[in-house]
Amino acid sequence: MIESLASRVVVCGHYGAGKTNVTVNLALRCAKAGEEVTVVDMDIVNPYFRTADFTGLFREAGVRLLAPVYANTNLDLPVLPPSVGAAVSSGRGRVLLDVGGDDDGAVALGGFSEALTRAGYSMLYVVNSRRELEPDPAEEAALLRRIEGASRLGVTHLIHNTNLGRETSQEVLAESVPYLQELSRVTGIPVLAAAVGEGIIPPALPWQALPVRIYVKPPWEAEEKR
Amino acid sequence: MSERVLMKGNEAMAEAAIRAGCRHFFGYPITPQTEVAAYMSKKMPKIGGTYLQAESEIAAINMVLGAASAGVRAMTSSSSPGISLKTEGISYIAGSDLPCLIVNVERGGPGLGGIQPAQSDYWQATRALGHGDFHVLVFAPSNVQEVVDLVFLAYDLAEKYRMPAMLLSDGLLGQMMEPVSFPEPVEKTGKPSWAACGHQDLRPHNVINSLYLKADQLERTVVERFARYAQVEAREQRCQQYLCDDADYIVVAFGATARVSQSAVDTLRAQGVKAGLLRPVTLWPFPKEAIRSHIPHAKGFLSVEMSMGQMVDDVRLTVEGKVPVGFFGRTGGVIPRPSEVVEAVMKMAGGDR
Repeated sequence: MIESLASRVVVCGHYGAGKTNVTVNLALRCAKAGEEVTVVDMDIVNPYFRTADFTGLFREAGVRLLAPVYANTNLDLPVLPPSVGAAVSSGRGRVLLDVGGDDDGAVALGGFSEALTRAGYSMLYVVNSRRELEPDPAEEAALLRRIEGASRLGVTHLIHNTNLGRETSQEVLAESVPYLQELSRVTGIPVLAAAVGEGIIPPALPWQALPVRIYVKPPWEAEEKR
Repeated sequence: MSERVLMKGNEAMAEAAIRAGCRHFFGYPITPQTEVAAYMSKKMPKIGGTYLQAESEIAAINMVLGAASAGVRAMTSSSSPGISLKTEGISYIAGSDLPCLIVNVERGGPGLGGIQPAQSDYWQATRALGHGDFHVLVFAPSNVQEVVDLVFLAYDLAEKYRMPAMLLSDGLLGQMMEPVSFPEPVEKTGKPSWAACGHQDLRPHNVINSLYLKADQLERTVVERFARYAQVEAREQRCQQYLCDDADYIVVAFGATARVSQSAVDTLRAQGVKAGLLRPVTLWPFPKEAIRSHIPHAKGFLSVEMSMGQMVDDVRLTVEGKVPVGFFGRTGGVIPRPSEVVEAVMKMAGGDR
C-alpha cells in the first residue's frame, strides 16, 4: 500500500485524529521493508504525545528522526532544524512528515511546499470520525481545505483511522464507513486504507486494511524503552 | 448519555461545562490548558454563550466574580502561573459567597516553571488559593470521563454551599485522549434567590460584597462560613479505593499519578505484596475518614505525587503518627514511572523479598 506512495509522505489531519500513531506505524513498516526512513516531527503546536517521544523506538528500528529544536522541552518555540529542509528536498529514501493538527499546525509545512512539489509527495489526511460529538463530513471537508490552504499542498489520500482508544471495536470501525465515503465523495479524494488496531478483527471494509500497533500511550501503559 | 467520543481531557472539560449550563467563560491562554479556551471560543458563539479572552488572568477571574454575582454558571481556566494571578479574585469570590468553576491544568513550577504536567499546586489549591480564611472545593479527576462527571458535581456543590469549586487537572490529563460520554445537558432556568440580577422593585436588594466595615461583623461572617465548611467536610469527602481492604501498604495518589500508582499496585500484588490504592477525588475536603478506616490494618501509607511532597502533609495529619507515612514523588514536569512506585513501596516494606 505504502509502496504506491511518493517518497515524501505528509501526514496531516484534525488534531487528535491519530496522525502520530499512523506516522510511527508507517515508518516502522517501511524500515522493516528495508527502506531508508526519515521521520520529521513537524508538530509545532502540541507539546505532548508527539513523534519525538519515540526516539528510542526509532533508533532501534534504524529510523532517523528530525524534530523541532525544542521538542519535549519547556520552550514553546516552534523552531524546525535546517536538516528538515535538506531531508525534504534531497533526502534519500522515504521521508515521512508528521504535521501538527488542523490548519494551525500545517502552517510550518507551507515553507516546504515548493520543495515537496518539486520532489513529488503524497499527502495523507487522517480521519477519526469519533473525535466529534456530531461528526459532519462537510465541516471536516472544510478543515481539510483549510489545511491545504495553510500548507499550500493538496491532500492525495484519506486514511480511515476511526477509533475510540481502548474501546475501539469492529463495530466502531464499521459504523464509520459511510462517514469516510461521504468525505471522500465531497472532496473527491480517495481513501487509501483503514487503520486497524492490533487485536481487532477487521470488519468488511471497502478499503485495504492497514494493521497498526498503538504506540501513543499514557505513561502508565507504556513502561517500555522509548 | 451521548454516544462515546474520543476527546482530550481539556476538550471534554469544556464540553462538560457547557452541558452543565455554563454560558459564561472568561479565559486567558496558557499551555497546557489552551484547548479548554479554544473549545469554548468555538462552541460558545454557536449556542448564544459568552467566550471572552480577557486582557489578563486577573481580569478574567474578576469577570467570573461579576458573572457569578448575577447568578449564572461562570468559569475560568488556566495553568499554574495563571492561577497564581487569579488568587486575589478567588479570595474575593469566596468572601462574596459565590459559586463558580475554576480550572487549573497544572504544570511544573515555581515561577514560569515548565509546560509538562505537575501536581505541585496542591498546597495552593487546598491551603492558599488567596488571602484570608477560606476554602474552595477541590476536585481531582484521574481520567477523562471523570473530568466530565466532576464538572457537573463541582457546579452543583459550589451552588449548594455557595463557594468556588476548583477542578485540579494536570497537563497529562488535559492532553491525553480517552473515550467519554456526556450526560444530557442541564437547562439552567431562573436565578438563585441571592443573585444581583435586577429586582424591578419586587424584592429587597441583593448585595454581593466582601468588604465589612466592622471587625466583629467580619468575624461573624467568617465563623458562619466555617460552619458551612464543617458541613462540607462532614458530607462531601470523596475517594476511590482499589484493593485497600486487606492492604498492608496503601498508596495515596490523585489525578494522573493515581493511574501510575494503580499499575504499580497491580505489579506489587502479582509479586505477593498486599498493596492498595486510595485515590482522593476531593482534595478539599480531604478524604480523612476513608484513610482513617485503614489505620488498624495498614503497615504504612505512601503518598505518591508529582511534587516534592505536598499532599503527604494531609496524609500525615490524618494518620496522626499511628503508622508510618512515606512519600515518593517526581517533580518539575517528570511523571513517576510505575516501577519507581513499586520500588518505593518495596523500600517501605523492608527491601526486596
